[in-house]
Amino acid sequence: MLGKLSWSDIPIDVPILVGTFAGAAIAGLAVLGLITYYGKWGYLWKEWLTSVDHKRLGVMYIVLALVALFRGFADAIMMRSQLALAYAGNPGYLPPHHYDQIFSAHGTIMIFFMAMAFMTGLMNVIVPLQIGARDVAFPFLNSLSFWMTTISFVLINISLFIGEFSQCGWLAYPPLSEQQFSPGVGVDYYIWAVQLSGVGTLLTGVNFFTTIVKMRAPGMTFMKMPVFTWTIFCTSVLIMLSFPILTVALGLLGLDRYLGMHFFTNDGGGNQMLYLSVIWGWGHPEVYILVLPAFGAFSEITQTFSRKPLFGYNTMVYATCSIMVLSMLVWLHHFFTMGAGANVNAFFGIMTMIIAIPTGVKIFNWLFTMYKGRVEFHATMYWVIGFMITFTIGGMTGVMLAIPAADFVLHNSLFVIAHFHNVIIGGVYFGYVAAMNFWFPKAFGFKLNEAWGKRAFWLWFVGFYFAFMPLYVLGFEGMTRRMNHYDNPEWYPWLLVAEAGAVMIALGIVCQLTQLYVSIRDRNLAENRDLTGDPWNARTLEWSTSSPPPFYNFAVVPVVHDLDAFAHDKEAGIDTRAAGSNYQPIHMPKNTAAGFFVGMFSLILGFAAVWWIWWLAAVGLIGVIATVIARSSNNDVDYYVPASEVARIENEHTRNLLAAQAAE
Amino acid sequence: MAHDITADAAHAHEEHHESPVVFGFWLYLMTDCIIFGTLFAVFAVMRNQFAGGPTGKDIFDLNGVGIETALLLLSSITYGFGMISAHQNKLGALRGWLGVTFILGLGFLFMELREFSHMVAEGNGPDRSAFLSAFFTLVGTHGLHVTCGLLWMAVLIVQTGGKTVLSERMTNKLTCLSLFWHFLDIVWICVFTFVYLMSVI
Repeated sequence: MLGKLSWSDIPIDVPILVGTFAGAAIAGLAVLGLITYYGKWGYLWKEWLTSVDHKRLGVMYIVLALVALFRGFADAIMMRSQLALAYAGNPGYLPPHHYDQIFSAHGTIMIFFMAMAFMTGLMNVIVPLQIGARDVAFPFLNSLSFWMTTISFVLINISLFIGEFSQCGWLAYPPLSEQQFSPGVGVDYYIWAVQLSGVGTLLTGVNFFTTIVKMRAPGMTFMKMPVFTWTIFCTSVLIMLSFPILTVALGLLGLDRYLGMHFFTNDGGGNQMLYLSVIWGWGHPEVYILVLPAFGAFSEITQTFSRKPLFGYNTMVYATCSIMVLSMLVWLHHFFTMGAGANVNAFFGIMTMIIAIPTGVKIFNWLFTMYKGRVEFHATMYWVIGFMITFTIGGMTGVMLAIPAADFVLHNSLFVIAHFHNVIIGGVYFGYVAAMNFWFPKAFGFKLNEAWGKRAFWLWFVGFYFAFMPLYVLGFEGMTRRMNHYDNPEWYPWLLVAEAGAVMIALGIVCQLTQLYVSIRDRNLAENRDLTGDPWNARTLEWSTSSPPPFYNFAVVPVVHDLDAFAHDKEAGIDTRAAGSNYQPIHMPKNTAAGFFVGMFSLILGFAAVWWIWWLAAVGLIGVIATVIARSSNNDVDYYVPASEVARIENEHTRNLLAAQAAE
Repeated sequence: MAHDITADAAHAHEEHHESPVVFGFWLYLMTDCIIFGTLFAVFAVMRNQFAGGPTGKDIFDLNGVGIETALLLLSSITYGFGMISAHQNKLGALRGWLGVTFILGLGFLFMELREFSHMVAEGNGPDRSAFLSAFFTLVGTHGLHVTCGLLWMAVLIVQTGGKTVLSERMTNKLTCLSLFWHFLDIVWICVFTFVYLMSVI
């Protein structure tokens, strides 16, 4: 009846997990209680959970990302603490069985549910506004994508309290991840969570590519598109090219585990090297899927706070596209030691080094944008400058690893860990936080507190160097990754320094949460409110509408005359908002719960499949199919906002704006 | 003046706003194409990993596969006739052709499942060798797509029932399924060539 599931799968004998469960349960009940107390269930359901509005979905994605950051960072600091203790005969507080689950969960969660969700949230909030569109091309699919990502994160967290998680690292290399060596449900949790979230990501890629190609405002040719939109365009291409490969890789691993096939097993003709090749065929483009949007955000922020147009827009676009193409041609550098031969390794080594050229072009473009600009050292710019320094170091160690001969020495050591955290924290994470600070007033109508933003930056920035520079040294000293305990006295002090860095980063996260709290508390202060919709005197179209924008984004679809359309309009004295009373009815999609229900049935399917509860899996699958058919048969999916309603909303906004300005 | 130009242009834009559904579906098909491409690559790697088990030559029955191929190719033609009827707004004929296509697709699926069950019954299931794992996965993934296509077709037959004109949304759905169905045909031609014919040579 319950497949492999039994009471013994609930880890009541592990105090850390019981404590975590109690904490999560109390926090969860508190949130549910508060929602009930304030009677917000109806509001939450109607305005958020069933919303197809890209701005709301974007906000929910970023909330998901912050929750995932919390979970992923908890894993990180537990690992660091284990290694600060587990020295010279001391086993530390995490037995290998538990420790291995933690490093696997840390990588999986940080990539798929922190970084991917954060990026998808940012593109949701920004791209339609930036291209002058009223929503994405497929609003329902957008909601579906969000729910697939969310339930996958739920599934991964269920593994904390029911059963176990994978102990095979974040990419679950076979043969370790095969049934023979991992007979538990951990790898199955991993496979189902990543597969289901992959569906969401793939649909997001299709959705945003279509949106950018088909829904740009009149006059916005490709070479008048803002750089952030360009980076999302390239990211969408990479998602469409690479996520199907991930689906196949994990699908084949799943077939090995569920049906006893022999793709990657030791016997029956299986070939583990095939798995490496396929999974990295996705994995390397994935790195650029994450970092390109960060590059886009840096471009927008740098030009805005340098009070100048971006230096070298064309080269920025070409560099982005070059990186997009090159990123598909370097995957083998993740397994130089596999023995593909000197010539193959040399090819992939050289291709990898070539990526440094377009990336260097970008760095110089940002520097030249700042050069002779009137740079305003806003908190957002701190993250940008911190990124430029940190990412350059990470890029250089990447070129070191791209030399096959050096890689043979450094492979699988902490040097690799230091390198990719150097680029992912210094590039991706700093970029997303900068973007969150920059676009926050657009989404909510008030600014984030700057003092706490700067404190968060300094703690993250300094904490990063303390946490990861020692790992480079440890790599040279021969410490391998994923080690549970050690006896080498030379490593011990460096691991203590790294632990101190992790604590600083923890304080940085506390500052970020405080920043959110303080900003929400002080949201009605005059200096924090964004009344005009353009708090930074920025250059692109999203700043031409109010903050937060009306649900239809633009009462009148703007016409684009030049690159940086809004800057052009401001200089030419064109007020796109005050287009007079000439409003037209606006065609909008209706909210739907279909995405939510497909997500919930997928969660049932995933959970049941992990535990081999086949009748329940059938219920989940039939539920998904039935919901999709019901949605397809529903013809009541859109409506027109009458012109009078548009006029009412716009006039009310103008009145509020004037009243507030008069009050000051 | 600038205001009027803006408003008029926006209005004109609204008028020309065509549905992006077919374009989006094309993109989805290209991602599906990558799934099949990867599975073909996996098959190419595994094609000689027999692990002491049977080779393709030992177990493939080309006569059955030939009939399968004929059924599927024919179903693409009948779907095409269905689309012609749809464009002429002959909804009865459209449903008739969709019905014929459905039966042909079902025949294909029946033949494929029969082939699979024979192989499994003889002990040559997907767990026998890496070659057979790759074979069952590639051909099975195609079969799964055909199953989804048939389900979709049944839904569209029901949804067009009782209608006298096709809405734009319905036409788009029919066009998307059409693309999907022809795409599966192309994939099958590759399966027929690279999996069956080349294993038997």
